[in-house]
Amino acid sequence: MSTTDITADAVSDRQSRIARVVFFSCALVTVLTTFGIIAVLVTGAIPFFREVSIIEFFTSTTWSPLKEPNSFGIWPLIWGTMMIVVGSAVIALPIGVLTAIYLSEYASSRVRRILKPTLEILAGVPTIVYGFFAISFITPQIQRVFPQTGTFNAAAGAIVVAIMILPMVSSLSEDAMSAVPDHLRQAGYGLGATKLEVSTKIVVPAALSGILASFILAISRAIGETMAVTLAAGMNPNITVNALEEIQTMTAYMVKVGQGDVSVGSIGYQSLFAVGLVLFVMTLAMNIASQWIRLRYREEYD
Amino acid sequence: MATDQATDDRFEGFSSDDKLARKRLYGKLFVGICFLATISGVVALGALIADLIIESWGWLSWNFLTYPPSPSEFHYTDGRGAGIYPALVGSIFLIALTAVFTVFLGVGAAIYLEEYAADNYATRFIEANISNLAGVPSIVYGLLGLALFVRAGGLGSVLIAGALTLTLLILPIVIVSAQEAIRAVPDSQRRAAYGVGATEWEVTRDVVLPSALPGIMTGTILALARAIGETAPLIMVGAAVSVFNPPAGLFEPFAAMPMQIFEWASQPAGEFQHIAAAGSVVLLTVMLIMNLMAILIRNKYETEL
Repeated sequence: MSTTDITADAVSDRQSRIARVVFFSCALVTVLTTFGIIAVLVTGAIPFFREVSIIEFFTSTTWSPLKEPNSFGIWPLIWGTMMIVVGSAVIALPIGVLTAIYLSEYASSRVRRILKPTLEILAGVPTIVYGFFAISFITPQIQRVFPQTGTFNAAAGAIVVAIMILPMVSSLSEDAMSAVPDHLRQAGYGLGATKLEVSTKIVVPAALSGILASFILAISRAIGETMAVTLAAGMNPNITVNALEEIQTMTAYMVKVGQGDVSVGSIGYQSLFAVGLVLFVMTLAMNIASQWIRLRYREEYD
Repeated sequence: MATDQATDDRFEGFSSDDKLARKRLYGKLFVGICFLATISGVVALGALIADLIIESWGWLSWNFLTYPPSPSEFHYTDGRGAGIYPALVGSIFLIALTAVFTVFLGVGAAIYLEEYAADNYATRFIEANISNLAGVPSIVYGLLGLALFVRAGGLGSVLIAGALTLTLLILPIVIVSAQEAIRAVPDSQRRAAYGVGATEWEVTRDVVLPSALPGIMTGTILALARAIGETAPLIMVGAAVSVFNPPAGLFEPFAAMPMQIFEWASQPAGEFQHIAAAGSVVLLTVMLIMNLMAILIRNKYETEL
């Protein structure tokens, strides 16, 4: 081996080592992002909880952080988020599963090739456009039926979030149902089952883990949804069961604070991180639950 | 024998025409309900598109694309109207900058995970972490950007702070799609390159990346098309709403289309609803163009392979 070969080898060796370090650093950015999010939320929330006791935060039922007399009970915001989540889930989950059954079991492949991408367009529409759709179309329709409905109301928010999460439920559930092997269906027909019985008693139970995982992901998305609920459901922290009233979700509160020029160190700025932390913990728990269900209850077929 | 009795009953019931007819009816009803559910999603999409077209009709003009946003209703009467120009250019700058950061970080991370990383606990942790990050609400990324880039980094509410925040937001999606593209490169090609004495880096640079590039581009453009519609992170980072010029540099304040639409949609006066609709149409058009680009790239290289 000549000396030039050795130096060439050394050069490419060094290049390889540098490349490895650079690529590893890129992957490390994702881990640092997670730690960054947790660090930012926790360090932001600590000064808040020095001013406001955690007990008040989780027991008081009034949220009035920027106006005197101040009160920092997060329940009205959690309640607002839950109204949107429950309302949108009641609409989107059944419709999503029925859509998935139709696409997977009944539709011809030609119809499916048209309908599936059409529904997936709904998943690509920006949330701000959904927000505009809610105030310019959905709310006026609700007002036609219930004239007492306010400009901002929880119902419009729930309906528009349902439209947003529908493609997530239908698409992921359809994937799970399509993955059910055909011999299970044929066994059902062989026993004299009708198509309805095969769909509801064989395919749906066999795909249940995928369907449930899609439910949880959709609910997690509804919890974190921001722009559409801010525009449609309003800015009034309010514990109510009347869906025609104005409410405020956790995310809408964060938008409200973020829009103003809140100075660092003010209680408003600090409350942002406390609410953000609650939001992050809720969505993280949902995402982990979804992964767990998918792995734990997955039916494996060969 | 109770079980035999039950089987007999069921068998008899099944053979009777009456029950069969009822089962047929239930079957038809069920298909009908499933079909209605499917159509309801399509109807929602149709209503959305129709609403945008009706509300923006007559308001979407060349002037709308070339004028700055109007701060008051007064300007509508003089024929100039409000425009989306600074926000349109701001969004394009923002996405271009985001593209530079995400391509570098996303492809680097994907190469590490697919070509370099050993299958061990640390790698599995990184991958699980990436899929968790994809589920974090975008407004939380906004808080990260606010605390990290705007405040601690001392950048202020400037273009590069917005781009860095959006980069972290879409990075998980870009990494996963780049990983898929890299995984699709056949192993025989890698082995052939190693066989003629190439190093890990040479195999990556000269074999893996060129073959995976169309797939990486497609996935990245689709992710960027989502990023251009993101509003919540920009609100937290503090994108401007009444800027009359496109951003002059990386460290300058910027406007972006989704922020501008939010500002207009929150105004009570009726005219603002029309320009919010017109703004939404422009935003969706830009997204559509980006999606078409991604599809074209995919189709071009799929046929060549």
